[in-house]
Amino acid sequence: MECYFDHVATTPLRPEVLNAMMPYFREEFGNPLSIYPLGTTAREAVESAREQVAALINAKNAEIIFTSSGAEANNFALRGIAFARQHEGKHIIVTRMEHHSILNSARFLEKMGFTATYLPPDKYGLIDPEAVKKAIIDETILISVIDASPEVGTIEPIREIAAIARERNITLHTDAVASVGNIPVDVKELGVDLLSMSAHQFNGPKGAGALYLREGQRIIPLIFGGIQEGGRRAGTENVSAIVGMGRAAEISKAELPLRVENIRQLRDRLIKDIMKIEDVHFTGHPEKRLPGHASFCVEYIEGEGMLLMLAAKGIYVASGSACTSKALKSSPVLLSMGIPTHVAHGSVVFTLGADNTEEQIEYALEEFPQIIKRLRELSPFAKGWGDMEEGGTCIPKK
Amino acid sequence: MYSKEVMDHFMNPRNVGEMPDADGVGTEGNPVCGDMMKLFIKVKDNRIEDAKFQTFGCGAAIAVSSMITEMIKGKTLEEAMAISKEQVASALGGLPPQKMHCSNLGADALRKAIDNYRQKQASGTE
Repeated sequence: MECYFDHVATTPLRPEVLNAMMPYFREEFGNPLSIYPLGTTAREAVESAREQVAALINAKNAEIIFTSSGAEANNFALRGIAFARQHEGKHIIVTRMEHHSILNSARFLEKMGFTATYLPPDKYGLIDPEAVKKAIIDETILISVIDASPEVGTIEPIREIAAIARERNITLHTDAVASVGNIPVDVKELGVDLLSMSAHQFNGPKGAGALYLREGQRIIPLIFGGIQEGGRRAGTENVSAIVGMGRAAEISKAELPLRVENIRQLRDRLIKDIMKIEDVHFTGHPEKRLPGHASFCVEYIEGEGMLLMLAAKGIYVASGSACTSKALKSSPVLLSMGIPTHVAHGSVVFTLGADNTEEQIEYALEEFPQIIKRLRELSPFAKGWGDMEEGGTCIPKK
Repeated sequence: MYSKEVMDHFMNPRNVGEMPDADGVGTEGNPVCGDMMKLFIKVKDNRIEDAKFQTFGCGAAIAVSSMITEMIKGKTLEEAMAISKEQVASALGGLPPQKMHCSNLGADALRKAIDNYRQKQASGTE
C-alpha cells in the first residue's frame, strides 16, 4: 500500500486543477500584457485567479500579488517592508519558529545594517505575544511570525500579536504557507498587513505563490522590471500556474470545513496509537495545531532510518533530524523548543491530506511500531541513553 | 540517494547485537552528533573470529557498521587495522558526499576495538 503522509513537503495536484491549467500552456498562450484577444484572455484568467485566491483569505483582489513560491513571498515581505520603512527605524522581530526563507532574509537584512531579534518559542512551539511586546523598541518597523509551523504543527497567536503591532504602528507579516488552504485563514480577522502563501501546499501547482499586501501598505519590489502585478513584481505571469492556484483556492474554500474534520479524525487516531509506543514524545501544541499534523520524537533511534524503512513499506513521511537534512543540522525549531539534540535526532513528522484514508492509517499503525522496534534492536541505546558520552566527541562532518 | 549495497546493508544489516564475551570493544561517536557505533570483536590467534555491532544513526551509519563487520571477519589485526574509510565506502558502492563522514564511524570504532583488545592483552586480563 502506498501512503503519502508528507503533505507539508507538497500535495498532489487535483485533476480539476490540472484541467483548469491545461488551456493556458498551448491554446491560450498569450502574454497578459498584450492587447489583442489572446492577451486579453490570459489577463482575464490571471484576474479571475486573483479573485479566487483573494476570496480564500478574505482579501481584496488588489491585495494579492502573485509570486513564484512561498519562499519568494517571504523574501519579498521581509526585504520589501524593511527597505520601504528603513527611514523610520532599522529593527525587525522574527521568531525561532520561522522557515529558512524568513530566517535567511532576516540574516541578510542584518548584513545590510538592520538589527534583528529572534524570539524563542515555549516547549509547545508557541510564541508569547507578551514576549513580542517586550522585544519592541522605538526602531522596530517589522514583525514576522509564522502562522503555523510545518515542523511541529503549532498555530501561533497571530491575532494577539497583530493587536500589539498595530498599537505601535509596526508592520506585521505572517508566513501562512503551511496553513492557507489547510485551515480557514482570514486576513481581516488575523489583522495582518502581509501574508505569504503557496499553491502546492493546497493541491495546486508548484511554481505559484502569493503575497497578501494590505491596501495602503507600501513595499519595495524584490524583482524590478515591467508593470506586472501593479509594478510590484515584474516578470511575465506564469499564467497556467496562477490559474491552477486560483482553482485550487476555490476548491479549498468550498471543501475546507468537511476536509478539516475528516483529516483531524484520522490524525487523532494516528497520534493516539503512536503515543502508546514507549519513549515516544509528541512535539508541538496538542490542540493549537494544524488538523493533519502529527509530529513526534522517537528516542534511541535516528529519523533517517525511520524514513527509509517506512519508505520501503510505501509510507512517506518527513523528519527534522540532522541526518535527513543536507546541512546535517538538527531542526532549529525542535532545538529552540528545548528538545535535547540526541532526542531531536529521532524526529518524525506525519502530515495528512485530503487524499488519505482510514485504511492507510491502519496500515501505517501496523508497520511503524515494528520499524521502531527493529531500529531499537540495532541501537546501542536499546536500554536507555545510559552511557551516551562514552564514544567521545563528534566526528567532523565535512 | 543511496546505492543498492547501502540499502541492502541498511535493510538487512549483518552481525547486529551485543557480544557479552567480546575480546575488544570500540565505541565511536555520540548521540548528540547523530551517530554512535559500538563494535565488538572476538579475537583468536591474532585473527578476528567474529564481530558484532550496535549503531545509532542514519542509513549510511548502519550500512557502514554492517559492512565493516563483514570486512574484518577472518582478517588479522594488522590487516583489519589497515582498512581505510575509503575502502568501506567503496565496498558499499560509494556514499553520498554529505554522508562520507559516516565511513569514519566504522573505521574509527574498529581501531578503538583493536586498541581495546591490545590493552587488555598487555594488562594480562585475558
